[in-house]
Amino acid sequence: MTLDLALQYLVAGLTYGAIYVVVAIGFNIVYSATGIINFAQGEFVMLGGMIAVQASRSMPLPAAIALAVAAAAAVGALVEVAFLRWLRKPTVLRMVVITIGVSILLREGALFLWGEGVRSLPYFTGDEVSSVGILGARISPQVFWVLGTVALIVGALEWFYRRTLLGWEMQACAANKDAASLCGVPVRRLVTLSFAMAAAIGALAGAVVSPITYTSYAAGGPLAIKGFTVAILGGLGNSGGAVAAGLALGVVESFAVSVLPAAYKDVVTLSLLLAVLVVRPSGLFASGEAARLKEF
Amino acid sequence: MNRLLRILALLAFVPVLARAAPEPIKVGALFSVTGPAAFLGAPEARTLEMRVQELNAKGGIAGRPVQLVLKDTGASPEKAVSFARQLIEEEKVFAIIGPSTSGESMAVKALAEEGKTLLLSAAAAEAIVNPVLPHVFKVAPRDSYAVEVLFQRMKKMGITRIGFLSSNTGFGKGGKEQVERLAPQYGITLAVNDVYDKNATDLTAEVTKLKAASVQAILNWSIEPAQSIVVKNARQIGLTVPIFQSHGFANLQYVKAAGSAAEGVIFPASRIVVADQLQAGNPQKPVVEAYRKAYEARYGEDVSTFGGHAWDAFGILVQAIEQVGPDRVKVRAAVENMKGFVGTAGIFNFSPTDHNGLDIGAFELCTVKNGRFAPLGG
Repeated sequence: MTLDLALQYLVAGLTYGAIYVVVAIGFNIVYSATGIINFAQGEFVMLGGMIAVQASRSMPLPAAIALAVAAAAAVGALVEVAFLRWLRKPTVLRMVVITIGVSILLREGALFLWGEGVRSLPYFTGDEVSSVGILGARISPQVFWVLGTVALIVGALEWFYRRTLLGWEMQACAANKDAASLCGVPVRRLVTLSFAMAAAIGALAGAVVSPITYTSYAAGGPLAIKGFTVAILGGLGNSGGAVAAGLALGVVESFAVSVLPAAYKDVVTLSLLLAVLVVRPSGLFASGEAARLKEF
Repeated sequence: MNRLLRILALLAFVPVLARAAPEPIKVGALFSVTGPAAFLGAPEARTLEMRVQELNAKGGIAGRPVQLVLKDTGASPEKAVSFARQLIEEEKVFAIIGPSTSGESMAVKALAEEGKTLLLSAAAAEAIVNPVLPHVFKVAPRDSYAVEVLFQRMKKMGITRIGFLSSNTGFGKGGKEQVERLAPQYGITLAVNDVYDKNATDLTAEVTKLKAASVQAILNWSIEPAQSIVVKNARQIGLTVPIFQSHGFANLQYVKAAGSAAEGVIFPASRIVVADQLQAGNPQKPVVEAYRKAYEARYGEDVSTFGGHAWDAFGILVQAIEQVGPDRVKVRAAVENMKGFVGTAGIFNFSPTDHNGLDIGAFELCTVKNGRFAPLGG
């Protein structure tokens, strides 16, 4: 394989990977605060794309994306307040089933509002055919937007968790809810915030990737499966792990296409997932000891 | 939901009609109105709803109104099977129009035959009517003709080495079989022959593989948004070879989704997509123009070949019932022997050995010029 082709596969893989990473991070934020998997995460990504496309018809692109992110955050918070907060005995299974219900609700709602058609935002820079040449590989400018946005999200989250009081409180909440609550951390509000954050991040990603992938009311499901795989591979709740696992998975998938029939792409992904679950059930990057203390 | 309400409204109306008017003729429809093949099923459902309303406003057929029982299969063969059962066994429909996709049609055809219910499929795969089952017909031109039209063109352009991509659906599989069977006859080598997932959102790695194989042209066979993605990704990585698509590309939404990357894509389509550019003497012109005007005025969106399939299927059914009355056995025979029915997809000549009725002339090679479909010519 020549260098330019290898680079082309690599960039394609990083693009897939970056999309998986953002979805996985959404899973992680909610998992950290509540210990559950929010299966509606893919729908937040879909909502971000759909709302941004709708809004971009009547306002400039940055405003439309900002609106989509804010609206999705509101939906995320609303989901938590309306469906999860009032649960007296919030068992993991009940909450998971509720998030699956919410994902169906959001999907059907989007179908009702926007119909079955496929939509996308215009390319942020250039158009469908423009590309930048790097060492013989041709890369769409939108890929840089996606990679940049993911880097920004990961960086901002890192800063939030390490440098802000709210971030510390959220980590405390993740470590031990009861102890955090006794120390005066407003656990319930933080859980709501975690849903809003996960939705906002998903929506931002959904808007930025939509020129590449398109979006439709049903786009959330397949994204959620890949994002979930990455979250498990990286270790649930571990954002750094999600980045490494997501990018690695994207690149593996991309190079797999170069030697195997493309139809086996998902076989490769799922075999990897199975192998990791057998060898290291807590994920590639999580400590097994910490994982044993978790409920789920 | 909207559609469901409309159907409910229609159902609520039925008892009132039943008292005043004779019993309605129930026509079942299985369309993938939502899901990955919504591009097919949604215009089909809209077209059929429009036709049924128009017909009932004129007093129905043989003095009886038509009652449409529409089911959304979401392009799932499993759902199609259970809905087909429901239509045949519970609703006891007179005939079924659809399903939209080849995979679903293959799944339900045995049921229709068993239930002795006329099935007018709107899908492409040749295997639906080959071998012939007495009650199973299809109104979409067969995929082998689409392949041959494309290969003839490639031969003319001196193309012998192509990269072939298809999606993992019934449509993709059907096309793949025909492409593999016919390629040697036209001296064409498939340097790459790959299948991708129908939900694929980026195919850069796949087109990179085509680039590595230095193909002279790309041929893609799918009905999902992936066919816009293929075009976009190929142009982005600087692959400038001609791109050929299946007749599944004949929906302007795909062109819009691919933007300027879609320019110059070559694909076979029935004449409906270039209705406004047909020559005056063309026998199909009045039919396709009438459909286009009615549909676009009512729904404010462009017509596609797929909606045309619903138009043709309903037209064939209505003509047969008008000829011989609402009798299942006679109507089946009337469809089987129907000749010269001018539809949107072509001129249908059915026979006991040909339950498709269209010949290779049903396809016109088209291309994309300035974001619109145009006949390729030459």
